Amino acid sequence: MNIGARDLFLISPELTLVALAGVVVALDLVIRRKGIVIAVAVVGLLVPAIAGVNVWNDIRATGVDTAFNGALVVDEFALYFKFLTLAVLALLFLSSADYASRFQPFQAEFYGLLLFSSAGLMLLPAAGDLITVYISLELASLPVIALAAYEKMRLKSTEAGLKYLVLSAVSSAVLLYGFAFLYGATGTLRLISFDPADPAIGHMLINGDASVPFGGVAVMVGVVLATAGFGFKLSMVPFQMWTPDVYEGAPTPVAAYLAVASKAAAFAVVLRLFYAGLDPAAADWSLMFAVLAAITMTVGNVVAIAQTNVKRLLGYSAIAQAGYMLVGVAAYEGSGPDAELGLESVLFHLGGYAAINLTAFFVIMAITNRTGDDSIEGLAGMGKRAPILAVLLALALLGLTGIPPTVGFVGKLFLFNAAINADMVWLALVGVLNSVVSAYYYVGVVRVMYLRESDNPARITVPPYAWAALAVTAAAILVLGLWPGGLLEVARLAALDLL
Amino acid sequence: MLLSTIVFLPIVAAVLVLALGRTQQRARLIALIAVVGELVLTLMAFAGYDTDAGGYQFVERFDWISAFNIQYLLAVDGLSVPMVLLNGILGLAAVLVSWNVKERPNQYYMWLLVLRAAVMGVFISMDLILFFVFWELELVPMFFLISLWGTGRREYSAMKFLIYTFLGSAFMLTAMLTLYFSLPDGERTFDIMALMGRDMSGLLVPTGLVFAGFLIAFAVKLPMFPLHTWLPDAHTDAPTAVSVMLAGVLLKMGGYGLLRINAGLFPEQMTDFASTLAVIAVVSVLYGAFIVMRQTDLKRMVAYSSVSHMGFVTLGIASVAGGGSALSSVGLNGAAMQLFTHGTITGLLFVAVGLIYERAHTRHIPDLGGLAKQMPLIALGFMIAGLASLGLPTTSGFVAELLIFLGTFQVFGLATALAAFGVVLAAGYILWTAQRTLFGPRVARWDGLTDARPVDVAAMLVLIIPIFVVGLYPKVLTDMFAVGIDPIMAGFGLAGFGG
Repeated sequence: MNIGARDLFLISPELTLVALAGVVVALDLVIRRKGIVIAVAVVGLLVPAIAGVNVWNDIRATGVDTAFNGALVVDEFALYFKFLTLAVLALLFLSSADYASRFQPFQAEFYGLLLFSSAGLMLLPAAGDLITVYISLELASLPVIALAAYEKMRLKSTEAGLKYLVLSAVSSAVLLYGFAFLYGATGTLRLISFDPADPAIGHMLINGDASVPFGGVAVMVGVVLATAGFGFKLSMVPFQMWTPDVYEGAPTPVAAYLAVASKAAAFAVVLRLFYAGLDPAAADWSLMFAVLAAITMTVGNVVAIAQTNVKRLLGYSAIAQAGYMLVGVAAYEGSGPDAELGLESVLFHLGGYAAINLTAFFVIMAITNRTGDDSIEGLAGMGKRAPILAVLLALALLGLTGIPPTVGFVGKLFLFNAAINADMVWLALVGVLNSVVSAYYYVGVVRVMYLRESDNPARITVPPYAWAALAVTAAAILVLGLWPGGLLEVARLAALDLL
Repeated sequence: MLLSTIVFLPIVAAVLVLALGRTQQRARLIALIAVVGELVLTLMAFAGYDTDAGGYQFVERFDWISAFNIQYLLAVDGLSVPMVLLNGILGLAAVLVSWNVKERPNQYYMWLLVLRAAVMGVFISMDLILFFVFWELELVPMFFLISLWGTGRREYSAMKFLIYTFLGSAFMLTAMLTLYFSLPDGERTFDIMALMGRDMSGLLVPTGLVFAGFLIAFAVKLPMFPLHTWLPDAHTDAPTAVSVMLAGVLLKMGGYGLLRINAGLFPEQMTDFASTLAVIAVVSVLYGAFIVMRQTDLKRMVAYSSVSHMGFVTLGIASVAGGGSALSSVGLNGAAMQLFTHGTITGLLFVAVGLIYERAHTRHIPDLGGLAKQMPLIALGFMIAGLASLGLPTTSGFVAELLIFLGTFQVFGLATALAAFGVVLAAGYILWTAQRTLFGPRVARWDGLTDARPVDVAAMLVLIIPIFVVGLYPKVLTDMFAVGIDPIMAGFGLAGFGG
């Protein structure tokens, strides 16, 4: 296999990101001021971003391209997720600088591990065959195990790391087993192929046995196992159990990373596998995802009501939100003028959800870093102690509920649009009713902030770089909520690449 | 740009109040200027609406989310322009009656102004999604106003209000999206003006379900028995100004929606369902009236009387049952009139009750008595509102109820007779309450209390004037409503109010 300059160009964002990780860790050895290391990490993210823009311009001009003999497919869909990951990383670095100072003397390695994991997340949406899916997934997951256990003197953190390790291993094994079935049944690992002599999985399914779902028992077993394997990463019921535990135990920035970046990439690979790889069997998996979506959001929302820890609450909320996004995955329309609606709505909601969830996590991080108390009751009196943080958290929670004018509303609107367009009115109704349930616990947190008094009147202070990150995410919630057209168009163009 | 100014002036003022209104004086001054400006603008809209030309006027149309043909579409017709004026009147009364709010005045007035903007938006949006956005937007200020500045079980009541309304709107949103995607590609629109008169058969789900989705949302808001239970709690625990807004304009959103969307877009389903509506109406009227009798809290009493009076609105709309009669348009006109008159009358009742509570610090009817001695002006205001509420000729309450009974008698003789009994009950509970609180022997305990100050008199006058103007010269409203009702009647194949 020849590696050409073209291949390297197409993965230049990932290559520069890995290089940046090396630079950050190395710099830490010679520079005492950690602020400089963080600044290098944040500013350094511009390099992969610029590389990404270059690639984007290139494929816009010449069309979708593949690298490494089809192992990677670089299209607008993949680039959408690459940019999302980079943006999340930059905001995460800014907001967590204060929090991460507790990791001394391993602070730079913390950033380094995040950067390595992100390289995996950026490769994942571009995966063109099942092997690349697996390798990227492992590259993304392994650093997270260390990151979850990063506060190694804190029992809950090490517990979170161990849980993530075991469940990652199990889910990877299940995934590989499923891939083995798919390979055995179809004789190929290709998800997408531009070469008729080397057809992809989907082509092999078309002439299957119509009486068996997915055209054959082996394929069906393979799809179900693969769905289970991805289900862990998506926090999809019944593979959601680890989510609240890890969110609660892991350092808050790691929980935010898992909730936003890792989940987005997992959705990307699921969309790629099912929409591009298994689309001939859409009638079968569409219903499967519709049922899973309904169950996932209901379980997440109902269990969230009983939570007393705010990070656990966000964990269950992440499960519920995964359920909403699965609505978009299920809403497959095949052909017709609005065929891209389901995909487009998932992509849009992942972007909007990133802004909302990061806002929530950043505020929680800023507050708990000062108070050391991550119970919901610990937020009492924040309306007075931290007025701006409280407003921002309230905004994020309204966004998660889906109340206008936040991006959470338009995101859900698009998802339910897609469901109804795909003739799943019932699923849209389950979705909106779930939003009502979720209002109870999201607004409950707002209530604690404004209506419960705190004995401690001390104001919460926040460093300026964390304010900068919060300003970006909060502005995104409102701007994207009022003018969703731009991001929607980007999401649509990215979605069209898969159809 | 008149309508946009009407919606966004309160938003701008809300920002100004929050930024500049640190002191009570400055906050209320900014709010007062804003609502006086609003009243002038709404009067301009009312006076500027050309009844000869009819139809939709002051139209503003811009693309908002073009992917789903969602527009920023504002317009008024004969049905909505009186509602806009009503909102202008009550907005002024609400600020005047809040003159003494000392606790966090800048936030208080900010939420009050945002509430204004949201409710105004509901009445002038002609795009279903925009309508929904304003409909939901109103929840946030209401939640904070009740839970932060309310009394009693304010947290419980605020949450109950939120969940009930949110539940109703969940069904409404599903109905809207189903309607949109049921239309053939290329004709899909959320534009209410374009949807009027469209054949609504052959939707994705039976049309009755879409109709029901809207109906549930509006029935919660109006409220109709048995979905009314949030109302007494919200009213009782809300601050006075919020009770005024709630009774005055928020309930009207429900009635307006029934007329505009259920009757306007789905005449066929409305014809079929109207008999059931008539039964619900009679139950609401009588049940509300009987419950009033048992109340010992003045605010709860007024709240249940609202349930009873909103039953008349439902009854008026039900006059189209089974094809209706020549007088059905009179019934619909009466329903619209009742929305307007109940807004001013019950607004005034809440103002008077609020003024009594502010002074006596109790609303417990058995504790009160003989207040007309100490506070004759407030007692006068209460009596005007009370007499208008029981439908005394020369007041607007008489006109509205008369029109409703005229319109429905030919269609539902028995129901009309039973509902008319509600008027008798109203006379009973209003006079009985007045006798127990205002009249009777002087109570020494209340001797220190002062009568209404000029600002309180102003608040009452703002509402008394329309009560008598409409009572003595109803044509000023009936002509306007007729212009709005006639196109709806055309959907039923019935003659308009004029013909």
